[in-house]
Amino acid sequence: MGYHLNFTLIWRNFDKLAYGLVTSLELAIFSIALGIAIGLSLAVIYVGGGRVSRSLIGMYVEFVRNVPLLLLVYLVFYGLPTAIDVAYDATTSFVATLSVYSGAYLVEVFRSGLDAVPRGLIDAGKAIGLNPFQRLVHVRIPAMLRITLPALSNTFISLFKDTSVASVIAVPELTYGAQWINFNTFRIVEIYLVVTAMYLFAGYSILLGLRRVERWYGVER
Amino acid sequence: MIYALPFLLKGFVTSLEVSAIVVATSLIIGAFMGLGVAFGPTPIRLICRLFSDFVRGIPILVLLFIVFYGLPIIGLNFSPFLAAIFALSVFKTAQVIENVRGSIGSISRGQMDAAKAIGLNFPARLLYVIAPQAMRRFLPPWINGVTDAVKGSALVSLLGVNDLMNSIQQVIGRTYDPLPLYILGAAIYFLINYGLSSLSRSLELRFAYIRE
Amino acid sequence: MSDFNSSAANSLLTIRGLKKSFGSVKVLNGVDLDVQKGEVITIIGPSGSGKTTLLRCVNFLESYDGGSIKIEGKEVGFQDIASRKKRSEADLARIRSETGMVFQMFNLFPHLTAIENVTLGLVKVRGKQKNEAREIAAYWLERVGLGNKTNNLPSELSGGQQQRVGIARAVAMEPKILLLDEITSALDPELVGEVLDVVLKLAQDGMTMLVVTHEIQFARDVSSKAIFMDNGIVSAAGIPSLLFSKDEKNERLKTFLGRFETRR
Repeated sequence: MGYHLNFTLIWRNFDKLAYGLVTSLELAIFSIALGIAIGLSLAVIYVGGGRVSRSLIGMYVEFVRNVPLLLLVYLVFYGLPTAIDVAYDATTSFVATLSVYSGAYLVEVFRSGLDAVPRGLIDAGKAIGLNPFQRLVHVRIPAMLRITLPALSNTFISLFKDTSVASVIAVPELTYGAQWINFNTFRIVEIYLVVTAMYLFAGYSILLGLRRVERWYGVER
Repeated sequence: MIYALPFLLKGFVTSLEVSAIVVATSLIIGAFMGLGVAFGPTPIRLICRLFSDFVRGIPILVLLFIVFYGLPIIGLNFSPFLAAIFALSVFKTAQVIENVRGSIGSISRGQMDAAKAIGLNFPARLLYVIAPQAMRRFLPPWINGVTDAVKGSALVSLLGVNDLMNSIQQVIGRTYDPLPLYILGAAIYFLINYGLSSLSRSLELRFAYIRE
Repeated sequence: MSDFNSSAANSLLTIRGLKKSFGSVKVLNGVDLDVQKGEVITIIGPSGSGKTTLLRCVNFLESYDGGSIKIEGKEVGFQDIASRKKRSEADLARIRSETGMVFQMFNLFPHLTAIENVTLGLVKVRGKQKNEAREIAAYWLERVGLGNKTNNLPSELSGGQQQRVGIARAVAMEPKILLLDEITSALDPELVGEVLDVVLKLAQDGMTMLVVTHEIQFARDVSSKAIFMDNGIVSAAGIPSLLFSKDEKNERLKTFLGRFETRR
């Protein structure tokens, strides 16, 4: 094989990887937060709305779900500024893209979650005299959040992995850091061993943490 | 942009080729490994689970880079095209294993009992009782997963493979007008994947009558 | 226990000292039983007494840790009793084809129609031609009262109808012994009767059966002998009319039966 493992160059540049991992997490957190906002509002509109809003939301969801994320990232970063007169940096562009991307998936999650709220709960809300908006806020959404928590956890972990696509527009997250070190040191095996381990470790920690949260909320899997 | 169409078409065909090869290889290998997870001895089950969890725990892009940069190290000098297919196949195989495992696992244990009770041996039980039911549970999510292969194929552009995504990038490099081309690309990917997921949905409806 | 060992040598089914544990839980603690050809034996008892496990050991759906189960002299689970070497898959399949089982949860094959559920075993195990198998299957479906439902899928049938298909599926294989595992427990009350009628007719026609059930009245009507299982052993056995009468001495049995009376 003739390849000798030498990790020193990796450790010397480890700050890039550490910073990159933090950035990846930040990207994921911002995107899921915005994605939840988008998904939840659209799901509420969908469930309560008429045919026009439903088809519009449906088109949004179908479009985003069937187009590669890479293409969406390019579209927003390179394509959009030529049409609308706004300038933004790569990070903002990516967070916006990933939010819209996750929002599309989350609309489905929240919609079926709202549908899955037991009729009995809603009836109970009616029986104590809550109006539709109060029922939505105090009964249906809280119940739905418990039901959808597992799906939300899965979506977040997916998003965390999807942040690696940000490297193509030079956002300094973990994969970008890995490529930088790769091109500057040619220590391919070492860098990807370390980065793989970092992704697996981070992903698994997030998974365990979210499972804890689910158990705390009393969600059965 | 019209002049670019033949060039884009070539890229489109390459994307289809990549997707088709990935889907086919992952189906065959994944089916075997999935059966191993469902019925095999414990060591095989562990290996397949570990493989599946590992591959699905890292981003596809990282997997692509590992294969692309790593294979030459161990002496395999694949072309970008082959390396990309290899990496995507590994990724999709892990998904197929989950599909197979899930579809077989969702069949109630009583079915195996009833099949044993009328005297069918193991191959017959698999062939006449388990497989027909597993297929109906397997096809809809698997077809849905094929869209992931098509979407993932866009990433091979980053390895230099001349797929649809890469062709679009190259045309933009000459015309400096990104938006219309990205929209065209989005439309093409959309049509393929939407077709696939509609197929998956209609299959799901057709098989719904099987549910106990 | 001495009143039913008379002709052990000619018994269709002989169970001696059957022991079975699930992990640390001892479910069967030495069960002895003889079943003659044409007998219908009911097994009653509280949950966890091992009734279903006993049944599932007879066709080796569960393996057993100790003791022996012989059908017409042949040990069911093991080639050699002393070494406890398990039988091959092919052997087991052959032995299982000689027994029939009807399940509590029906377990009909959902992707096959009623008649296909019955012909599967006939064609793939008995090796019959398709048309001959269809004739036999149609006959049995007629016998259980479902002659007009042969091409229906299980999802189109009621629970009682599904269970009757399950009975036809088992009986069409002409098993030496039929094992019935709480076949009415999962049925709505009004559907129980149609299933029990079928079983009664089968008993009258001479089918050898081992029946696990909660239906005490049915046990009285159909079985020539009843056994009461408790904590993994046969705690009491005898003719139903005597067993269920006020003269029965077994305290556990009386308590168990008492629970059924008060619910009327």
